[in-house]
Amino acid sequence: MADIRLTDLNKSYGAIHILKDVSLDITSGEFIVFVGPSGCGKSTLLRSICGLESITSGTLEIDHAVVNEVPPSKRGIAMVFQSYALYPHMSVYENIGFALENQGLPRAEIKQKVEKVADMLQLTPYLTRLPKALSGGQRQRVAIGRAIVRGAKVFLFDEPLSNLDAALRVQTRMEIAKLKRSMPKTTMIYVTHDQVEAMTLADRIVVLQAGRVEQVGTPMELYDRPANTFVAGFIGSPKMNLITGEPAARHKAHTLGVRPEHFELSAATGEIKGMVEYTEVLGSDSFLYVATPQGLLTVREEGKTAFKPGDTVHVTPAAALVHRFGEDGKRLA
Amino acid sequence: MLEQLVSALVTVVLGVGGCLAYFYGSNILLDRLFPASASNDMAAVRNLKIQSSVRPWLFLGPALILLTVYLIYPVFQTIWLSFHDKAGTSFVGTANYSWAFNDSQFRQSIFNNFLWLLVVPAACTFFGLVIAVLTDRIWWGGLAKSLIFLPLAISFVGASVIWKFVYDYRGEGQEQIGILNALIVWFGGDPQVWISLPFWNNFFLMVILIWIQTGFATVILGAALRGVPEDTLEAATIDGAGPFKIFWRIMVPQIMPTIIVVWTTITVLVLKVFDIVLTMTNGQWDTQVLANLMFDWMFRGGGDFGRGAAIAIVIMLAVLPIMIWNIRQANAEQKGGH
Ligand SMILES: Nc1ncnc2c1ncn2[C@@H]1O[C@H](COP(=O)(O)OP(=O)(O)O)[C@@H](O)[C@H]1O
Ligand SMILES: [Mg+2]
Repeated sequence: MADIRLTDLNKSYGAIHILKDVSLDITSGEFIVFVGPSGCGKSTLLRSICGLESITSGTLEIDHAVVNEVPPSKRGIAMVFQSYALYPHMSVYENIGFALENQGLPRAEIKQKVEKVADMLQLTPYLTRLPKALSGGQRQRVAIGRAIVRGAKVFLFDEPLSNLDAALRVQTRMEIAKLKRSMPKTTMIYVTHDQVEAMTLADRIVVLQAGRVEQVGTPMELYDRPANTFVAGFIGSPKMNLITGEPAARHKAHTLGVRPEHFELSAATGEIKGMVEYTEVLGSDSFLYVATPQGLLTVREEGKTAFKPGDTVHVTPAAALVHRFGEDGKRLA
Repeated sequence: MLEQLVSALVTVVLGVGGCLAYFYGSNILLDRLFPASASNDMAAVRNLKIQSSVRPWLFLGPALILLTVYLIYPVFQTIWLSFHDKAGTSFVGTANYSWAFNDSQFRQSIFNNFLWLLVVPAACTFFGLVIAVLTDRIWWGGLAKSLIFLPLAISFVGASVIWKFVYDYRGEGQEQIGILNALIVWFGGDPQVWISLPFWNNFFLMVILIWIQTGFATVILGAALRGVPEDTLEAATIDGAGPFKIFWRIMVPQIMPTIIVVWTTITVLVLKVFDIVLTMTNGQWDTQVLANLMFDWMFRGGGDFGRGAAIAIVIMLAVLPIMIWNIRQANAEQKGGH
């Protein structure tokens, strides 16, 4: 049980202003994902919540108590580091049990708790090993075990999958989702720059850019109603097309956002005329890259496509599904 | 003075120039003898092979020869001497060794060396570690570290002369110019003749070596500490470990290989300690150590090459295992590769 509330949180390193007026309400048991490009301040925000970084101004509340000055170990928070941060000289058992040892628990209780967590994460055969004798995935699980064993109310993950190879990444992503389901009351905050991870894991996503919160919402809210051009371009793969100029004006917008799947294609007529530059045919769907006066547009077609590179095409945005943005980049209506 | 400077300069230039000339010349000679551009390809390949197997020996040669002449030969010569009499003429078996182990001076030296061994490496490593950690967190840490490192640049004899003044004693009624006695008098105490206080004077001499070597330990351990991943310290903070626990349980174990290298390096130095004792007390007032005792018997009043050599061998036997361990540890650390 842990609600987290950030109010106008700011963080500066000297003159460098990193986090700007971040306000957030996180409900107990939520899986929140911070997503944003590299260097936008995700880690800094996470580290401020856990107490490794001090907060320059604003407040951080956990369970309705301001914890700005509370040391990290007293915040009821566990963190899984990007590098795992395992203690290289300690066995898996000692790594997992270190926090309990610091709490002054009796040995027997530590043993029982560590073994239970190890069992849960299939680490039992490796308890006596040093981290260097483990695979990447096993190290990852030790790092998670270290968080679980403390019974923390809040779990923080900083890009936990970035050191794994692609196959293991998908598998571990599913395991983390499973872990969350098995701990419904635990609040989890997960940082990633990968919007696919964000979309698949999150109850709610917080999109950050340059230290500001751009939008907060469920994955589908962000997908269906991006609040501005940044979120529009960031969420969804392949990226949403952002069109300016005459085609946008026709829809009474400064910028028109059209997802690749929301175009009609025609050889003869349509709103925007262009030329197919190249195609990617994947079987289940095809992607056409169309050169137009407004730039290169990405268009998705179901199944195979009849168009070939060099063909002239007309693309027409599906009027009901377009996103309209004003001059300031904000969503219109 | 100027003459000496000039001759030192000439020596340096000649030495470096000589080395360069040797490497360059011997390489050219090798190339001439086994030309890589031989008429037929087979010969060229063979010559290249010969070149690459000969070259290391050619380049290492001077070092190997010097090592043999100045290190290996003396070892065997010393062993030989230790089984012979005063003048090194007639064989006396193990008489020198049995003399040594029954000699009160020798026993005293062994005891004192043991004290040095127990105190100095531990103190240097401990202070080095603590200073490295403390200076890492303050803005004037760099300056503090430089000051602590400075004594390392002073010769042992020079350092001893400095500390002679620190411990200096002037007779009753005179003004105490030694800082230690001056302080004690200022606080209302009685001045002491520090370096002739049996047993404790050993420690006063050790302080000098600790003063010199702590800088070395600080620099090496400081570098190792900076290699400890920051996030393991952060993880420990979140895990609820306090600063002391983080230091002892997370930082120190991660730099253990370096601590051992520092410890053993200073241990070897301590086993050979000589200059400080020679300068401060010359082994009087129960401060004798093996190296100074050896020097006494070999070159001074004693004039007994056999006994001197026997003591030298004892020192060597004590240093050898630590040396081997030290080198192994240093190699392992390099292989462990951060
Ligand atoms: N200790 C620090 N001192 C100064 N600037 C920092 C420090 N740590 C991070 N930054 C800066 O803060 C910004 C955000 O960093 P970070 O939170 O790590 O980004 P992200 O995790 O989103 O990639 C970066 O521009 C980074 O250079
Ligand atoms: Mg980051």
